Amino acid sequence: MTLSRRELLTLFLGAPFAFAACRDTSERKLPEGEIVGQSANIGHILREGRTFEVPQANWETKKVAIVGAGIAGLSAAWRLNGKGFGDVAVIELEKEAGGTSRSGKGDPVNYPWGAHYLPVPFAENTDLVTLLDEMQILEPRNASSEIHAKEEFLCREPEERVFYKGRWYEGLYLNAGASTDDKQQYDRFYAEVNKWIGFRDAKGRRAFVLPVAHCSDDAEVTALDKLSFGEWLTQNGFTSERLRWYCDYACRDDYGLKLEQTSAWAGLFYFCSRVKKSGDESQPFITVPEGNGQFVNHFLAKVSDKVRKNWMAVSIEPKENGVEITCLVDGELRGIRCEKMIFAGPMFTAPYAIRGFRDAPPFDAAEFQHNAWFVANLHLKDRPVTRFRSDFPLAWDNVLYESPSLGYVTATHQKGIDYGPTILSYYYPMCAEENARTKLFDYDRDAIAEVCLSDMERAHKDIRELTTRLDVMRWGHAMISPRPNFIWSGVRQKALEPYRNIYFAHTDLGGVALFEEAFYHGLRAADAILA
Amino acid sequence: MKRAPLLFLNVFIIAICGLIYELLAGTLSSYVLGDSVTQFSIIIGTYLFAMGVGSYLSRFIDKNIANRFVEVELAVAVVGGFSAPLLFLTFANLSYFAIVLYGIVFIIGMLVGLEIPLLMRILKDELDFKDLVSRVLAFDYIGALVASLLFPIFFVPRLGLNRTSLFFGMLNAAIAIWGTWLLEPLLKRHITLLRVKGAVIMILLAIAFIKSDRLTTLAEDSLYVDNIIYSKSSHYQRIIVTKGKTGYALFLNGNLQFSSFDEYRYHEALVHPVFSVFRGEPKRVLVLGGGDGLALREIEKYPSVEFIQLVDLDPDMTNISNAVPALGELNRHSFQDQRVHVANADAFVWLDSVDSEPFDVVVIDFPDPNNFALGKLYTTRFYNLLKKKIRPDSAVVVQTTSPLMARKSFWCVAATLEAAGYDVRPYYTTVPSFGVWGYALASLSPFDVPSKVRDGIDTKFINAEMMPSMFEFPKDTERPSEPLEVNRLDNQALVRYYEAEWRRFEP
Repeated sequence: MTLSRRELLTLFLGAPFAFAACRDTSERKLPEGEIVGQSANIGHILREGRTFEVPQANWETKKVAIVGAGIAGLSAAWRLNGKGFGDVAVIELEKEAGGTSRSGKGDPVNYPWGAHYLPVPFAENTDLVTLLDEMQILEPRNASSEIHAKEEFLCREPEERVFYKGRWYEGLYLNAGASTDDKQQYDRFYAEVNKWIGFRDAKGRRAFVLPVAHCSDDAEVTALDKLSFGEWLTQNGFTSERLRWYCDYACRDDYGLKLEQTSAWAGLFYFCSRVKKSGDESQPFITVPEGNGQFVNHFLAKVSDKVRKNWMAVSIEPKENGVEITCLVDGELRGIRCEKMIFAGPMFTAPYAIRGFRDAPPFDAAEFQHNAWFVANLHLKDRPVTRFRSDFPLAWDNVLYESPSLGYVTATHQKGIDYGPTILSYYYPMCAEENARTKLFDYDRDAIAEVCLSDMERAHKDIRELTTRLDVMRWGHAMISPRPNFIWSGVRQKALEPYRNIYFAHTDLGGVALFEEAFYHGLRAADAILA
Repeated sequence: MKRAPLLFLNVFIIAICGLIYELLAGTLSSYVLGDSVTQFSIIIGTYLFAMGVGSYLSRFIDKNIANRFVEVELAVAVVGGFSAPLLFLTFANLSYFAIVLYGIVFIIGMLVGLEIPLLMRILKDELDFKDLVSRVLAFDYIGALVASLLFPIFFVPRLGLNRTSLFFGMLNAAIAIWGTWLLEPLLKRHITLLRVKGAVIMILLAIAFIKSDRLTTLAEDSLYVDNIIYSKSSHYQRIIVTKGKTGYALFLNGNLQFSSFDEYRYHEALVHPVFSVFRGEPKRVLVLGGGDGLALREIEKYPSVEFIQLVDLDPDMTNISNAVPALGELNRHSFQDQRVHVANADAFVWLDSVDSEPFDVVVIDFPDPNNFALGKLYTTRFYNLLKKKIRPDSAVVVQTTSPLMARKSFWCVAATLEAAGYDVRPYYTTVPSFGVWGYALASLSPFDVPSKVRDGIDTKFINAEMMPSMFEFPKDTERPSEPLEVNRLDNQALVRYYEAEWRRFEP
């Protein structure tokens, strides 16, 4: 598909911006780079529903097979491995493990391709605390002391800045130019958030906590899932444009959905689930240059011998005493017979891969909907020039107020590398638009690079000159969408039950795309097998 | 008769433009050369004098007055419009700055001085002399008022100096081009040529206006009292060396780093106590920051020292002794000592990534923590990384800003070193150029306050009598009773303390 630059920019960045950007007719050069990751076509083979005959010599036997080497699958493998359960194969369709937590190796630092931070967990999340202790991310402590991450892992200040009308301001909420009404609404919003943080149901459960499985299912709380976050804000009199932008950004950032598309339950979950008690700050972020790639790398250090990349499970057949998995590997068919299997891929793929699923569906897989994203990594030979002395300096997370993108994260920030070359990771969620996936996959690297650079140019006039390389990852099914009437509709709960010898484990089962959810469901599935 | 009112509008705008250029020159010269009273006084004097010269010269123009008038206007557009960018560019090469500055002011003044008499002569056939003088001068002075009000209130804050200059250049050029129609009956030949000239000038000014972002990176609000003898925008900072009656001074991003008149007080107090704290023979010394080489000069006085590793971000700083020979003399050519090894790196990254034998003495002499990139050099993380480069008995000293001007900041550094597990002894001395200035001695094992300078070390300032007194804090600088935050990478508490405290002293 060929479009003019203006049509392209209109499609991705909006008509007013495209109009403004296209008035500048100066020469635009694109840095070199490529699309990384697998093409969508491979996954789509599944849809054809073909039958496959594996040659007898190509069958092998495993106690447990895990399909999918994202965080859920790797967490499950890590747990099984930790319990001395070694006869495991992890099958991964892509050429790299890690799912949306993948990262790239670079100079002077590595960089994320997707998820890039983890809030310090509460002490009650003992499994996650164990993982972080194993990775030596947490400070040594005795039984009674609180959990603190080591300084080098905690996101360095300045954490966030926002670009608005030509200037950079500190923080994510736009304080500059806020009216008294804006400020009152902001305070009232946080009073409301704090009310929910303090909520405990009859069983002593919080309204919002990680993992989602530990949240209260009281009707008072789950009623929030029936309306959108936008509707909830309106009903509560939150009309302040900048407050609504702030909430919209939160939804786009964590869910890839707009305010009106996100369930109010999920919207409040974002603000409440990482705060210990009313009035506290949100839990600090654990981050490193490669983002959550650090967890992938840690899991792989333990179980990489069990991970088979470029293995595509094309047919999963539940049997009386186990499961038979047919895989396509380098054009050849190979089979794995296992006693138990963990399905750690996105839930919507289950009917395509699992034989018999469609005949008597244990849950409605189509309810698990995902949105598309693209992430671009820009390799810069030097830092963008600061335009105004009063501009807040380069932060870890740099947000463009007037853009549908999420802005960019600076990979060198956490290492204290404040001068010279750096890598910026630019995030663009396709916010559940109609045909978003088609829209994304219709464009090549150059078109996406043009969108990214045109957007970045708002804030950094020199970005084209500075960028020496720009690679793009297109995520067709990046994140589960917590739209209204999904999380508490009951479909997730059904998928928690094993289907014959197949156990499901994926962040989809939490209804929100978070490391904590993937990890929790990976361990839950592994523990169910171990039990 | 119809022309006259429009020509008065012309006078009005010319007057605005003229005064704007004068104000621009005055503002720029006081930014660059300091002392705004002197600078404005000289600029205004020069400008008015030049106007007088221009008025006088107008009598020698006899023919084609209207043509000359348009040409003069175009010349004002060029010289005035480009005056601020030109002065900014000249700032990098200071020996010419004054010449260029007064040259420009004189030329603009002279051209503006030519304009009004020429215009009055153009109008003389259309009005009474009485009317003519009263109206022309009235519009001239109203224009001056408008300019002087708009300049500080609107143009400097909104457009900045460069764009203001270029904007009025364009306005001037527009007036000139408009004049070619207004005065068409009076213009002798070459009307098209005048218009082409006008268009070219307009385009050049417009291009400069659009591209002027690149020109405005200079420190626009720094004030330098003395003459600037060296200035360079390195990759990391703006380096300025000035020379005045009391000697040389070095500024980084507008902040004074030392004045040669009293720097020995600062550097002796920085270096000698930490050498007294180390109990053995100091052999290996690490200097973090200190690219001016003045701390090195003091360190090199110790004959037992065999190896000095200096880590400073900026090669333009560590080479400044070559660029400014006077500084080489001041630091006694300390970089030429064979024991000195220089690494140009961010000390934080260097500590994190370079392996090294442990050091006996560490001298940390960074600029004050006025931004996040510097603030990280005062964090628990930084002091924890430093532990890998020292032994338990090694001695460390850190410059820690003024305990009087920035009391919380000063004690925040001490609290941060303590939190990182160091035994800490804060102290201070008086450096007239800076005021009351502070340091912190630190070691991983407990130590006593030093009582004297090591034997055989020659000093101009420190002696055994005053050394203990540096560690006794009077009431206004002692540790605040309220608990202070520890400066960590994830809170950068020090940068926030520092900003709040020093902001009180900003004009």
